[in-house]
Amino acid sequence: MKGYRQYFLRKLGWFLITFVFAFILNFILPRLMPGDPVATIVARLAQGMTNTTGVQAIYQQYADLFGTNKPILEQFILYIKNAANGNFGFSFSQYPRTVADVLKSAIWWTVCLQFPAIIVGWIIGNTLGALAAYLKRGFDKVLMPVSIFVSNFPAFGMAVILLVIFGVTLKWFPTSGGYGFDLMPSFTWSFIWSVIVHYQLPFWSIVLIAIGGQAIGMRSMSIYELNADYVKYSRFLGIKDRKIVGYVFRNAMLPQVTGLALSIGTMVGGALVAEIIFSYPGLGLTLLNGVRGQDYPLISASTLLITVMVLSANFIVEIIYGLIDPRIKAAQAD
Amino acid sequence: MKHTIQQVFHSGKFVVGFSIFMALLLIVIVYPLIIKDSPLAIIGQGTFFEPGIYVSVYDSIGSTPYILNLDDAAAKRIAGKLGDQERLDIKEWLVADGIPENEIDITNTEQLLDQWVNNYDPKQKIEGMTFAKQRYYQRLDASLKGLLSTEGVTIAQKNPETGTLEETGTVKQSDYVNISQVANVRVLPLGTDNFGRDVLTELIRATGVSLQIGFVAGIIATLIGLTLGLLAGYVGGAVDDVIMFITNLFTVIPGFVLLILISYSIGQEQRGAFTVATVIGFTSWVWTARAVRSQVVSLRNRDHVNLSKLSGHSIVHIILADILPYIASYVVMALVLQISSGILAEAGLSILGLGPRTTEVPTLGLMMNWAMIYQAQILGKWWAYFPVIVVIALITFSMNLMNTGLDQVFNPALRE
Repeated sequence: MKGYRQYFLRKLGWFLITFVFAFILNFILPRLMPGDPVATIVARLAQGMTNTTGVQAIYQQYADLFGTNKPILEQFILYIKNAANGNFGFSFSQYPRTVADVLKSAIWWTVCLQFPAIIVGWIIGNTLGALAAYLKRGFDKVLMPVSIFVSNFPAFGMAVILLVIFGVTLKWFPTSGGYGFDLMPSFTWSFIWSVIVHYQLPFWSIVLIAIGGQAIGMRSMSIYELNADYVKYSRFLGIKDRKIVGYVFRNAMLPQVTGLALSIGTMVGGALVAEIIFSYPGLGLTLLNGVRGQDYPLISASTLLITVMVLSANFIVEIIYGLIDPRIKAAQAD
Repeated sequence: MKHTIQQVFHSGKFVVGFSIFMALLLIVIVYPLIIKDSPLAIIGQGTFFEPGIYVSVYDSIGSTPYILNLDDAAAKRIAGKLGDQERLDIKEWLVADGIPENEIDITNTEQLLDQWVNNYDPKQKIEGMTFAKQRYYQRLDASLKGLLSTEGVTIAQKNPETGTLEETGTVKQSDYVNISQVANVRVLPLGTDNFGRDVLTELIRATGVSLQIGFVAGIIATLIGLTLGLLAGYVGGAVDDVIMFITNLFTVIPGFVLLILISYSIGQEQRGAFTVATVIGFTSWVWTARAVRSQVVSLRNRDHVNLSKLSGHSIVHIILADILPYIASYVVMALVLQISSGILAEAGLSILGLGPRTTEVPTLGLMMNWAMIYQAQILGKWWAYFPVIVVIALITFSMNLMNTGLDQVFNPALRE
């Protein structure tokens, strides 16, 4: 157990370090830009306002809220304090809702949409890739070009095309939103059904994109492993094909798990844009609303939240990887 | 060098990818030389004109008429106004009005129109019919007026002195104009966008700008990645530790989050295409740095490098002469991928509303963004978004094909 604990602690330490850095970057990047962020915000808000005392009052309010007139270190401490309490101030564009409130309603849509979709896409993609490597010929000839083409498709392009085919032309699924616009969130059958129906298009567009990339990776890993010496030796020993294939795919899986950990960030980015296309009420749409409404507190808090989500997902995958990697397992046995 | 290039062009995948890419590049370069319209000029008054050939009505009246006696002209004229859907709609109205269904024959145009003219009353309210549907029938009625007449149309001009209309000519139903004699004909192969701009011209310019963004972003990212990777891999020690620490940090902190934060902070006014490209470049060097480092580490203790060290060559010389040539193929491959991901990053940013300023240049992402804002996908205006998606997919597809081809040439383990 010692080996795994060491691995776990190392990963946990790394998680905390990256978190701290992400946090600092989130704080410092907007402030590194030339000019006073509050002045910019006020200038945007006060466009068309002729009342100078009003502009002054707005400026003072935001300067106090962000503490921009204090030294940078003090600002940072204020920022940590506020973030720890989940207090990101009021949302400019959805006043009088607070940013925390807006994000609270958005995050579950994103989590429930993206993580199942990425995992399902990963599993299907790996299965298909492994099959292509093992079966070769016909299956491989069809699957590979399709996968290459699909994985090169921009995520938003896939979303738009699914939307046009299944939403607009065939009218099988609704084109936007997380549930019917005439329903209130509740635990009724009609609401749950509406959520399920609205879930399909965004879900499958993310899954399809994930399948392509994963299938290609898994195929080349499997081909590499199928040609390895231990496979030839096992065949020579007369071990059953089924068993060898089991070994091969387990070995080919491991880099794929690491690959998943490393690509979660990119996948989430693509999926956020897919959310926007479907007007799915998650973080992607929140971010878009923030940008359109020039809502700085909302954007800053959403990016922080997305970073935390990606870092956590990454951490979880690495923990699982530690459980299945035979090298770390071997260290445990010592 | 020559041999390598020959080898690369023997790879089928590379050649296909290269041809697609070159074709795109050629179109981007040649098209503006032939058609000199400004890509951002707003020509259409209104949104999303359908693709097609637009002929000036005014000029065609002025052109010499030719008489063509075509048998199916009348039938076509009727079919244009009275399609299958319209016939069904008319039947629906007539049935709702109380005419027995078996008396209506929607294939008999004359009888159908007769029944329509005799029975239709725009003021009559039919139960359960929406207001929009009522208006639709009013428009349909107006468009059907005079459909069966065989008379021509009179052209009249206002007399500037008396203000009365004076006949200046008639247009017979059998009159035709030769399109090449009409002074003003505009071909809009992909229609217009939400601002009324010519989509094809805009798309080609946008492809050019997006490619430039991709190149700038790719070159910046590759240069940063290459420098850091070489330093970390070759110098090693504390330098390696620091660089690897930073690289590992940025591997897990999602790049697009940094991209969003920086782009937003720069502000709409300062965000030109070049700035966006630079920002993308500065947030996407991580993979190149990692890969270059691991390659350099494996090269560092090769005999020829050690020999070079013993001969007293400087670090710069060793890196340039003994290490770079060995990883050059890899760096080219990484650059190709960086370019295509740079183009995708721009598109993603623009859809979020954080792309370059709209007023200066079009980019593929901006076109997509405007199409989405005006809901082209819901309204069925495919020409506003579909060509953009196809172009982006073609660019990334061709670049990935080139990359796979290069990979197979330089990496013998992957050859089939």
